[in-house]
Amino acid sequence: MMNGIIHIFLAIVMPPLLLGVIGKTKAAFAGRVGAPFLQPYHDIIRLLQKGSVFSTTTSWVFRAGPIVALATAAVAALLIPFGAHPSPISFDGDMILYAYLFALGRFFTMAAALDTGSSFEGMGSAREATYSCLAEPTLFFALITLSKLAGSYSLSGMLVNISFGVWLNNGAALLLLVGGMFIVLLAENCRIPFDDPTTHLELTMIHEVMVLDHSGPALAIIQYAAALKLFVLGAFFVHLALPYATGNSVLDWGLFIISMLELAVVIGVVESAMARLRLIRVPQLLVAAAILAAFSTLLVIR
Amino acid sequence: MYSLLQGAFDPALVALVAALVIGCAGIPGLFFRKPGSGQIIAAAGTILAAMAGVPASLQLLFSHTTSTYLLEWSLPFGPCEFVIDPLSAFFLLPVFIVSAAGSLFAIGYWPAAEHRATERGLTFFYGLLASSMAILLMARNGVFFIMVWEVMALSAYFLIVTEHELENVRRAGIVYLIATHTGTVALFVYFSLLAAQTGSFLLPAAGSLSALSPYAAAIALAAFIGFGAKAGIMPLHIWLPSAHANAPSHVSAVMSGVMLKMGLYGIFRTLTFFYDPPLLWGAVLTVCGITSALLGIAFAVAQRDLKRLLACSSIENVGIITTGLGVALLGVSSHITVLVYLGMAGALLHILNHSFFKPLLFLGSGAIIHAAGTREMNLMGGLGKGMPRVALLFLVGSVSICGIPPLNGFVSEFLLYLGFFSQLKAGSLVYLVFLAPVLALVGGLAVVAFTKLYGSVFLGTPRSSEAAHPHEAGVTMLAPMAFFALLCLLIGAVPQLALRLVSPAILSSYPQTALAAFPAEYGAIMGRLSLAGILLLSAAVVVTLLWRWRLGKAPAASAPTWGCGYQRGTSRIQYGATSFSELAVSVFNGIMLQRVERPKLTGLFPRVSRCSDVPTETLLDRIILPLFSMTGMLFSFLHRLQHGLMQVYMLYIFAALFILMLWAH
Repeated sequence: MMNGIIHIFLAIVMPPLLLGVIGKTKAAFAGRVGAPFLQPYHDIIRLLQKGSVFSTTTSWVFRAGPIVALATAAVAALLIPFGAHPSPISFDGDMILYAYLFALGRFFTMAAALDTGSSFEGMGSAREATYSCLAEPTLFFALITLSKLAGSYSLSGMLVNISFGVWLNNGAALLLLVGGMFIVLLAENCRIPFDDPTTHLELTMIHEVMVLDHSGPALAIIQYAAALKLFVLGAFFVHLALPYATGNSVLDWGLFIISMLELAVVIGVVESAMARLRLIRVPQLLVAAAILAAFSTLLVIR
Repeated sequence: MYSLLQGAFDPALVALVAALVIGCAGIPGLFFRKPGSGQIIAAAGTILAAMAGVPASLQLLFSHTTSTYLLEWSLPFGPCEFVIDPLSAFFLLPVFIVSAAGSLFAIGYWPAAEHRATERGLTFFYGLLASSMAILLMARNGVFFIMVWEVMALSAYFLIVTEHELENVRRAGIVYLIATHTGTVALFVYFSLLAAQTGSFLLPAAGSLSALSPYAAAIALAAFIGFGAKAGIMPLHIWLPSAHANAPSHVSAVMSGVMLKMGLYGIFRTLTFFYDPPLLWGAVLTVCGITSALLGIAFAVAQRDLKRLLACSSIENVGIITTGLGVALLGVSSHITVLVYLGMAGALLHILNHSFFKPLLFLGSGAIIHAAGTREMNLMGGLGKGMPRVALLFLVGSVSICGIPPLNGFVSEFLLYLGFFSQLKAGSLVYLVFLAPVLALVGGLAVVAFTKLYGSVFLGTPRSSEAAHPHEAGVTMLAPMAFFALLCLLIGAVPQLALRLVSPAILSSYPQTALAAFPAEYGAIMGRLSLAGILLLSAAVVVTLLWRWRLGKAPAASAPTWGCGYQRGTSRIQYGATSFSELAVSVFNGIMLQRVERPKLTGLFPRVSRCSDVPTETLLDRIILPLFSMTGMLFSFLHRLQHGLMQVYMLYIFAALFILMLWAH
């Protein structure tokens, strides 16, 4: 019960912090002081207090976009285990629900973008649709590999059971998987090298351009949902890459928080060290990720 | 009504009478001089019959009994049995539901007053098609089965060519006619072999044949070709997109929602005959199924014709169903009951789901075409403002068909995924799990196809003057759509009940699943899914309330869409249907082909020129049509026998019969 409450508390409170850490890391690389760690919280609260502008072209679909995006990310957060603690909701096959929840969020985000009738937003949603469709198989290969290694058909079962022992025996497969999933993590959350959230040229954007017309509270919801999605997919990745577990409940929560922050630092480092890819290269990298993950699946089920 | 029927009648008789009533519903209209009343009588008759037929089928399904009726006929093909077992009863459900909904839709969509010339024929053949499908499911004599099958195939042909003054429609009709008769030839072979095997034209009982018997492989192959051509499994799908696109929308709804399932029913039924199918059969079905799913949805992504897109997605869904069936068959061959159960449950439930969301979308496309006057998605846009109800219902259908939670399409795909994963711990058939990423890719492409469809039709601003002033559909058109949307929501919300619906059909076909506690086990998981649905809904409500509260505090203004600094945006600048899918098409180049004709631009101020891109049907254009014209040339000497003189044709028949008789002696 206590663990469930901590789980929900972390899922609600912590996501924007990751964005703050990423920003700070990038600033450190650029030799700047950077915005404070808590800046994303301030941004979201400030946006919530602002007025909204709705395009005259839009209908209710436009307003449903942010709502569904946040609701799906929230339910996904309940399915994924944090650290060594199993998730509040867990059943056989929940990993498929987890993967498809993001599809629901995406459907409505893209519909909301198309609802504005802007060519830029149409462009963004066309890219989002194609790239996420290419990222989908990678996630499933990862789920198969983990499911086989852990002998479980639920997210909690498969992720909590990944330990250093499993790493020792199946190092090659897990290494390939970490590579593939890291690419998907960056692509799904629209980070560099796939998408640059801070760019100023709409023509090159993916996610940011889809939400150009959202303002005020709607934008706050979208930003928070994006942070939550990063948090939820990050939690999946952290299990895979840094399977620490001590057996002590409190220590495990601490370890989970630290590993999430480590992940944010790593993303910040990648974003500082790399440039955004040309859009034409993105599908190639995503297919490469899928093949990496497929290799790892072959290694474990041969 | 239910208890009354239960007390007074045998449900099998009720279902049979309901099927006959639907078939006769269009007849009164043929004799009325004034248009309109015939159509209303037909709709009323069909709906009443369906209201009796659905509870009767449900009762037959849950009573686990098999009712048999015997038709006395004097033909030399043995007794003509009518049997309704749980598998037939399950397939009867969509027949009754979809045909009733379509006949109501027709009143608003194809009003007799506006279509005097075609309405009578349309109503009559519509009833005949629905009725023949229902009777087909009960027929157990091979010869009678073929007769009903032909009635079904031909009435569908007459429905497709309703607008026969159009060149496209005639071409679609001919392609369909050739495809369906190629299938029928295979069925002649199928029933002859079956009769040679069992010694009678009666279809054998479940599990009564061995796959090792001499004709078994040929029987299975003939069934796959004959029934697969009707179902639209690749590579037998060539007739499907143009036939569905060119028929009136409520006919497309019945064809896609129900008629394709008759092909699948044939395959299901055939496979139940054998108690020891070899692994190869299951493997072939699985591979053909997943290929159909992937290629079908890839073609759908590239389409620009609204109904063609929906038709291509039917190929995808048939592929998904076939994959499930293949998995179940692999389970039968290797004695893994969990695979049998999950594969069958996924396939059967997807059949039911597809017969709810696809008619919903086809009926919706009818309403859209009424409003926009075109099927070309690049000319639409912004229809959601003029027809908000249709837009909402269509959204439900689009989300369902993408297999996204919390709607019904997800439930059946979820069962299939469970099946794919189920052998991961076991030693055998572990490679099945590679189907999961492919199905995930199919799901991703479905999202591309249906956001494209929904976005370019309902969202944004109108791209042509016809689409600028849409009108909301009338109540006779909205009611059937709303009914289907409700069914989609219902199965998505309480998947446990849906699982209970398919269990008797699985049990009657594969009794070996009876011992295990699958319904309880997977029913519990389905319960978790519905819990997740509730959580999702409550999360959405909380976010909405939060947003409402903030909106109340701060002012909301409206302004034109932000054009990134450009002040003179027009609706033609919007991303259209083709531009939306262009990226996906370029990535999947090779699977989806698009014939693009781009002008060469030279100089600083190039002249006005045109650019066009047309999705191509590779298989039809590159392989089948050349093959047909080659065959045509080879057999051109036979042209001399064809001269259009009826009496000489009759002489041919007589001569053929006479020679056969001599040969028999």
